[in-house]
Amino acid sequence: MDIRFNALSLTLRGRLVLQDVSGHLQKGKVTVILGANGAGKSTLLSCLAGLRSPDNGSVMMGDTPLSEIPVNVRARQIGLLPQQADIHWEINVRALVALGRLPHKGAFNKWGGNSASDNAAIAKAMAQTDCTQFAERTAMRLSGGEQARVLLARVLAGEPDWVLADEPLANLDPAHQMDAISCLKDVSQTGAGVVLVLHDLTQAARIADHVIIMNQGRIQAAGTCADVLTHAQLADAFGVSVHIGKDENGAPIITPTGRAH
Amino acid sequence: MKVEIAKLNIGLALLLLITLFASLMAGRHWIPLNEWMTGGLRSLIILELRLPRACLGVLVGAALGMSGAAMQGYLRNPLADPGLFGVSSSAALGAVTSLYFGFAVSAYLLPIFALIGAGIGMAVLAILAGRSGSLILFTLAGVIISSITGSLTSLMISLAPTPFATSEIITWLMGALMDRSWNDVKLALPLMTIGMAALMMAGRNLDALTLGENAARSLGVNMTRLQWMIVIGIGLCVGSSVAVAGIIGFVGLVVPHLVRPLVGHQPSALLVPSALAGALLVVLADCFVRVLPSASELRLGIAMAVLGAPFFMVLLFKMRREVA
Repeated sequence: MDIRFNALSLTLRGRLVLQDVSGHLQKGKVTVILGANGAGKSTLLSCLAGLRSPDNGSVMMGDTPLSEIPVNVRARQIGLLPQQADIHWEINVRALVALGRLPHKGAFNKWGGNSASDNAAIAKAMAQTDCTQFAERTAMRLSGGEQARVLLARVLAGEPDWVLADEPLANLDPAHQMDAISCLKDVSQTGAGVVLVLHDLTQAARIADHVIIMNQGRIQAAGTCADVLTHAQLADAFGVSVHIGKDENGAPIITPTGRAH
Repeated sequence: MKVEIAKLNIGLALLLLITLFASLMAGRHWIPLNEWMTGGLRSLIILELRLPRACLGVLVGAALGMSGAAMQGYLRNPLADPGLFGVSSSAALGAVTSLYFGFAVSAYLLPIFALIGAGIGMAVLAILAGRSGSLILFTLAGVIISSITGSLTSLMISLAPTPFATSEIITWLMGALMDRSWNDVKLALPLMTIGMAALMMAGRNLDALTLGENAARSLGVNMTRLQWMIVIGIGLCVGSSVAVAGIIGFVGLVVPHLVRPLVGHQPSALLVPSALAGALLVVLADCFVRVLPSASELRLGIAMAVLGAPFFMVLLFKMRREVA
């Protein structure tokens, strides 16, 4: 089921963070949300995840308003990777990734161990994110990038229909950035919808099927990379001039070159 | 891990059982097993004094241990104490009120007053924290309640009508399992059972909270509902434990600490072993105060702090070396 959001508005502490935001997210596609700091990207993502209710407007999952879907059902459908990497206890990586399976456990078997399908999903998610080699290590003691991979594995382990990730590439080294991108692309190709908040324009151009540019709580532009990732739009959104080119394989490269005036 | 935790639970349960038997024999008068059922005074001591006392020790220790584990998991803070919500100090205020007015002549009134105190404390907490589900608001509300009830208790002590009442209040506040009867067990057992059941139901949600509030909510945790389960669980456990035994510190703080590394630090896996280890600790400490050759029995609350504090210091010392 696709997600449609219609005329979302939200005021937080007297500041209008979302103004009349509408759009359509398709399953099987990667949607990237871009925008300057404070443009409302994370707020939009948390509305789409059902964690925040907008003051006005609605988020629809298919024909059902998201707010009317029971939380445990919603948790199975939508996996959210928050921006902040919170890990509070010294649990090991496998136990942390296994938390992604919680929505799949009914009220009465919550205390049971992991089923075979749980274990398969956990192992698969760890393999996808290259975490298997430190499965028994304490997640808290890993490096920032390793933690980011483990937290992504947690989301993937839930096998959600939708993966919503807020800056999943932050803290990752270049190799693991590319791994994460291809892993998320794979996830979308298996039919799930992927929605990412990104800052890296090149990575955005390479992974996105659909781009939403946000600017001061509004949607400035939305469409395919070719339509949206233009000099004019990026200058408007970020206040920078950019170089848009291609590498030797024809993949896009977008580099900021200076402040736009 | 599951198997290891099950082994740990069985080990702790066996240890508790053995300690329980030993605690029935131990005291000012040593009563060996073969004299338990001979009738007469010695069986009476076992059945009407030591057995209810030991049962209460198990209940109070288990309730405090599990409450501590749940509290630390909920606040994601290894230094959180189950008394933090102000439940134990409101229960104490209730009990002290009954002592102040001399109502405590009838044995059942003091615990009832303590429970009413705990109930009022929880209600005020509910009004203050509202339906926000916010941890900060919640903790602050608890701290405010603790400080109000604590100062009201001090006020009662300073205004006590007779020196006897003052001393009675102070002694009671130190916590003990002395002279308890089956009535206390009957009062505490159902309340603590409901309380511990509520905490057990919260267990998996506490696991999800390991990833922070947003991730937990995205995993389907209803923060408001979780807050209520924790308030009800800890309120019933701690409130009824104060009602029957006074304030016994340290169990809720130290026990989860000791057990945590043994269960892989998972908050839900910590609940049952913390209850068992809490029970073990209280029964042991109560044994200790009974056999100690002093003129009057040492108060359990004091013994716990005297035993617990140095232990905690060693633990801190070890932690410091790990952190450094």
